[in-house]
Amino acid sequence: MSDIADLDIDLGLDLLGRMLKIRFFEDEVQRLFTQGLVRGTTHLCNGQEAVSVGACSVLRPGDSMTCTYRGHGAVLAMGAPLEETFGEIMGKKNGLCGGKGGSMHLTDVRVGAYGAYAIVGAHLPVTVGLAFASRYQETGDVGLCFFGDGTVNIGAFHEALNLASVWKLPALFIIENNLYGEYSTVASTTPIERLVDRASAYAMAGFRVNGNDVFAVRDVVTDALERARAGEGPTLIEAMTYRQVGHSRSDPAKYRPPGELEAWLERDPIKLLTDRLIEVGVLDQRIADLREDVEMAVREALETASSWDPPDVADRLTSVLA
Amino acid sequence: MTEVTYREAIAQAIIDEMHADESVFLFGEDVGAAGGAFKTTEGIFDIFGPRRVLDTPISEQAIVGCAIGAALKGLRPVAEIMFADFAGVCFDQIANQLAKYRYMTDGQVSVPVTIRMANGAGGGFGAQHSQAAENWFLSIAGLKVVTPATPADAYGLLRAAIRDEDPVLYFEHKGLFNTKGTIGGASLPIGVAEIVRAGTDATVVATQLMRHRASQAAGELDAEGISIEVIDPRTLLPLDLDTIGRSVDKTGHLLCVQESADAGSWGATVIAGVLDQHFEALDAPPKLVGGDDTPIPYAAELEDAWLPSVERIKDAVRSNLEY
Repeated sequence: MSDIADLDIDLGLDLLGRMLKIRFFEDEVQRLFTQGLVRGTTHLCNGQEAVSVGACSVLRPGDSMTCTYRGHGAVLAMGAPLEETFGEIMGKKNGLCGGKGGSMHLTDVRVGAYGAYAIVGAHLPVTVGLAFASRYQETGDVGLCFFGDGTVNIGAFHEALNLASVWKLPALFIIENNLYGEYSTVASTTPIERLVDRASAYAMAGFRVNGNDVFAVRDVVTDALERARAGEGPTLIEAMTYRQVGHSRSDPAKYRPPGELEAWLERDPIKLLTDRLIEVGVLDQRIADLREDVEMAVREALETASSWDPPDVADRLTSVLA
Repeated sequence: MTEVTYREAIAQAIIDEMHADESVFLFGEDVGAAGGAFKTTEGIFDIFGPRRVLDTPISEQAIVGCAIGAALKGLRPVAEIMFADFAGVCFDQIANQLAKYRYMTDGQVSVPVTIRMANGAGGGFGAQHSQAAENWFLSIAGLKVVTPATPADAYGLLRAAIRDEDPVLYFEHKGLFNTKGTIGGASLPIGVAEIVRAGTDATVVATQLMRHRASQAAGELDAEGISIEVIDPRTLLPLDLDTIGRSVDKTGHLLCVQESADAGSWGATVIAGVLDQHFEALDAPPKLVGGDDTPIPYAAELEDAWLPSVERIKDAVRSNLEY
């Protein structure tokens, strides 16, 4: 954790609230899935909240974010409304995408969330284009892209990082290294331990950060944004974190060695930040109140979304073409 | 009206759109100072410079993905994939990302991307540089597919593609780059077929190089007293089945000439549509005149035999009329 003396309590509480919102949201999604109210599959991000909240909290309007099918947290971190996000996952008419996208494709361009992509690596080239537009239009905006550790082995990763670097585009590529690509350990699929080392192959700045420390994530992303806006090109960031749940809802994650989950729960990002705030004098009660407020907001949003109608069947034919 | 080659018509359309709209930019492998592998972008870099005309690495996924991202922010990218066969390298970006973005987000944003690709057989390029790759995309909702055969269509449809709010795959036939013709100054509507030659005995539908062979066959059959109506759909997605259907209502015979085997081809789609809507009008089974069910071979004798020739088209028409 960064220096305790510097801790801005209001900011800390704000970030804690944002992370709790995602955690409670995912817990509800898990419950909805077991009740059969979420179709197909769903990929939860419990344990990885500090990466999306830390990074998105230092973006500015105009910046864009792309993420993966494990993207509920990132889209919420950009500010997508809770109700519409629940609504989309539940396949409602008023969902973010009118029920046409679903859990793996949450998108809200109003808040700069330019899509959740369900083909591994596909959004890295798209992020290059978002960053290209920024330079072409001279807006100073940055394209930020979250992806998992498994993505460093797919071709689109190479093509996108190479092009972003050779064109010195304002892009940030953030690896959410949660130690597993689906059911396989990083070590079994990737011959290097530090994935960020790949940055050097693209002559790109690269940093590894404790992805469960929201302030550490903010710091490294803030620096990268500054470089990007100054025309100094893209950055690759490897945020070390842990997926506290299975790959998808059908995965009990039995491949994890005994004790691993417990050790990472000790380093849970919400727990770390809560301990930290208490350490600098924030009262337990204040944190309990915050938790209660956020939990209530999530529950109310879910109630609202649950009351919405399903999409009109005729609407399946709209939005294919302009 | 000026006389230009098909190749020059393509460059002119890009130049005119880039003058008209600051948000249009051109990029791809060697499209800049080198003027493109087929010289279709010659001179454009000199006019607009490196900000708007950019060479890329050999990275088709990055090219298409970059076009998508730029379009999401309001630009109008014109991306070049050198050979249409290379669409295989970036198929995910086209089929899963570009085509579906608008639908999956319920129309939050449009994706006005134009992807130019050189396709077609007849040049001895072998199996990986000769395919009519437009057929790969026919079942993917969210795309438009255009296949111009003349300088006028090359010009007008490219201008329309760049202005279109939706993704357009624009196929340039390698065997037509030196074809000459006149171009107007305006765009042509996407999705409208052209009756190339009016006739009464049989309807022959063909695109690109095959349109020219079908027209030649029609001219030669005319001397035998057989009157052929040649229709060029020009756009395969969306397909102008109405124009074709009206013609079949008149002639009672339908043949589609294509650089592809039957399965999954545009000709098969045309026939299915006509059978569905105009079955009673038909006097003979519709016929596909296409390539063999093999990869496209290299040697001249083999490739010539693979591609429908004027003679094959004429034979197919005669035998359909004799049914």
